[in-house]
Amino acid sequence: MLDKLKIPERNYLNNGHGLASWLLTKDHKRIAIMYLISISVMFFLGGLFAVGIRLELATPQGDFVQADTYNKFFTMHGVIMVFFFLIPSIPAVLGNFLIPPMIGAKDLAFPRINLLSLYIYWIGGVFTLYAMISGGVDTGWTFYTPYSATGSNTNVVPTALGIFIAGFSSILTGLNFIVTIHRMRAPGMTWFRLPLFVWAHYATSLVQVLGTPVIAITIVMLGVERGLGFGIFDPARGGDPVLFQHLFWFYSHPAVYIMILPALGVQSELISTFSKKTIFGYSFVAFSSLAIAVFGFIVWAHHMFVAGISTYAAMVFSFLSFSVAIPSAVKVFNWTATLYKGAISFETPMLYAYGFMGLFAIGGLTGLFLATLGMDIHLHDTYFVVAHFHYIMVGGAIMGYLGGLHFWWPKMTGRMYSEFFSRIAAILVFVGFNLTFLPQFVVGYLGMPRRYHAYPDEMQVLNVMSSAGASVLGLGYALPIFYLLYSLKKGAVAGPNPWGASGLEWQTQSPPLTENFIEVPVVDHEPYEYEHVVAKEKHLV
Amino acid sequence: MSGHVSPVSLYITIFLALMVLTAATVGAAFVDLGQFNFLVAMIIAAFKATLVIWYFMHVKYASNLTKLTVATGLFFLAILLGLFLVDYGSKALTPMLPALS
Amino acid sequence: MSNAVVHADGHGHAHAHHPALQHHFDTMGQQKEAAVVGMWVFLLTEILFFGGLFAAYMIYRIWYFDAFAEASRSLSLFWGGLNTAVLIGSSLTMAMAVRSAQTNKRTATVNWLVLTMILGTVFLGVKVIEYADKFEHHHVPGYNFQWAAAHEAPAAGAEHAPGAEVAVAEGHRELSLNADQLQLTTQIYFSLYFTMTGLHALHMIIGIGIMLVITWMAHKGRFDEQYYTPVEMAGLYWHFVDIVWIFLFPLLYLVERHV
Repeated sequence: MLDKLKIPERNYLNNGHGLASWLLTKDHKRIAIMYLISISVMFFLGGLFAVGIRLELATPQGDFVQADTYNKFFTMHGVIMVFFFLIPSIPAVLGNFLIPPMIGAKDLAFPRINLLSLYIYWIGGVFTLYAMISGGVDTGWTFYTPYSATGSNTNVVPTALGIFIAGFSSILTGLNFIVTIHRMRAPGMTWFRLPLFVWAHYATSLVQVLGTPVIAITIVMLGVERGLGFGIFDPARGGDPVLFQHLFWFYSHPAVYIMILPALGVQSELISTFSKKTIFGYSFVAFSSLAIAVFGFIVWAHHMFVAGISTYAAMVFSFLSFSVAIPSAVKVFNWTATLYKGAISFETPMLYAYGFMGLFAIGGLTGLFLATLGMDIHLHDTYFVVAHFHYIMVGGAIMGYLGGLHFWWPKMTGRMYSEFFSRIAAILVFVGFNLTFLPQFVVGYLGMPRRYHAYPDEMQVLNVMSSAGASVLGLGYALPIFYLLYSLKKGAVAGPNPWGASGLEWQTQSPPLTENFIEVPVVDHEPYEYEHVVAKEKHLV
Repeated sequence: MSGHVSPVSLYITIFLALMVLTAATVGAAFVDLGQFNFLVAMIIAAFKATLVIWYFMHVKYASNLTKLTVATGLFFLAILLGLFLVDYGSKALTPMLPALS
Repeated sequence: MSNAVVHADGHGHAHAHHPALQHHFDTMGQQKEAAVVGMWVFLLTEILFFGGLFAAYMIYRIWYFDAFAEASRSLSLFWGGLNTAVLIGSSLTMAMAVRSAQTNKRTATVNWLVLTMILGTVFLGVKVIEYADKFEHHHVPGYNFQWAAAHEAPAAGAEHAPGAEVAVAEGHRELSLNADQLQLTTQIYFSLYFTMTGLHALHMIIGIGIMLVITWMAHKGRFDEQYYTPVEMAGLYWHFVDIVWIFLFPLLYLVERHV
């Protein structure tokens, strides 16, 4: 047991050298690493625009940049963060890497389509980045007509084209996961023995496949409206701008579930592993992922309560929006019950998991405030909304991503990072996050509108707190770059299962072989059986 | 492992059925059924689509997973159209047209 | 052609399998089933993709039925009907092509695929004729749109004075549009017409492109009864394109034809 661990001689990282072996790979793990690098670049680019926003909002006057420029900042921040960071993040990095080993497969069902989805992501990114460099876009990431169709003179079409293209990347990833999970499971890996991470990604993939095409066609319609002068949304010709909003949000609401469901899957893995206890109510948690995916499709008009939908429709969508909170709550309750009487610990991934629980709960509850029709009249388009979705997307999704990255880093690289610095980073992220976004609930409730670069003087203290918090948060995000990269060369060798976790991926070497398994595993036990893990490890020395 | 091979006669039959249904839908369009013209046309179209899916696309002989996949797509299309109507069907049918003198 | 290839792979042992079997699959059956399900998942995305256009169509047809009826009557039933028959015929030839591949008939497969492509091209040719006609009659929104006064609204619409308020027309219609309003709202119809048929035509062009590749592969003898998946995939795609047209035809060409 105290034998010195070594990085396995043959693994997916050294199986083939040179740029071509990476750019033309069919190995889902290499594709995942390339996605990791790509989305990290996008994250910091999106973060740069956030810096611009928070710098402007540190003072009540619009004195840092022009109003038009500020409009471009929040538009580009949103576009990059939603379409080029959050939507791909966990599925394209962790999902791609882990789903085949988790189910006992050698690769995804369609490895070349996986590579294609990466290329498509890059191409979409190029278009959108070009649009940003050559003048930017100022419509807001929501592209509402008629401003985006006829009013704005910024680079709407290239940006929208980039998003359209990147959407196909998302669709292909989802398609691949669905077929893989249905048809490539190892013998004995029944649906109810799958890790909850896999259930979460299956649900996410359904949303990706069914929702993304609708924003694709919406972009097409916007494109012909803007580029060819067609009149689909044009009020002057009898068109309905609200129709654009319906079509846009039909995807963009499920999109937020694309962004959070995978993190919910990560969370189940972390909570269970670091309480050394099987997840409480496994089937409830599994089905709740599916329920969120399906319900997510029938609530979209809660973004449009004050846009001109009928009162009847508003009531229906308000009710449905309340009901979509139920499966999310089921998860939070079950995680809590898992922790109860578990052998809990405080490694870095678990720190992110603890943070996730509280922040996701706050984000979810404030969503209910917004789903309440009377409240939404006052809160719509204020910073309350901004705070709500950042609690879910940043306090939830990004912390889930970071928790997962820190959890599976040893598996992906074979190395452990510095637990000291990683804990500092996790704490900085948590503190910085709350300092940034908690004040935004308050200013939003007080009436500060979103997407304005100036605000009343009396709101400055809270805004300064928010901007200060953003610096702490930024530091917390920057730190991992250093200790994670450092670990690649100098980190302690991890071995197959440094956390004592369950799951097939932890029974292989770290980093894994290209083909994941020498022999196809046969599964004969339930998930999260830690006694089984311990027993197996006793034979593994 | 090869899939089910349908006889040529089946394909011809389905083709002829589709042609007859096309003629029927054109014919029905010339009869004044009021509100029902649209419904009749959509029902015929749905039936034609079902024939194509079931026989030409071999879904009749496909796995349950394939059948479930098709059903899921149709279900979500129904959600899209149905919930749009929840809004538009409960608002006044006032065209958003510019005022004309 | 030989169905089995014996070779030694990197694991140091030899096994016999169909040359088209990819190594992350266990059997040809699993590989084919994965491909079929995968293709259907892709077609789901296409259903929702066109679905957005159908949703927009649905709303505006409810709002501006008169405009839709007027505009629809201006379309050529002959060309639309012909195209429908041509496309259904091409579905037949495509099904025959898949069947020929299933039964390992190389020449027949190629011939049926070529026939399908020809019919597809005929469809596109007819669309060119129809589009050219639209340009001529100034029915292209954003370009030269002019809903001529010659298109007088029949029945209910024409009897009202120009600039009439929203009136209850005879029978089921609650709205009546005057000439000025028709000039505006028929543009919505034609915007949807061009977007829907244009997108459909684009899918057909891509389908013909895919078929060119598959035909070449068939010609080279790449398929047999164990492996004809690409032909089947192309078939699924083509039939889907046919189904979209099965709905587009009545929605665009057959609105209130009885008037």
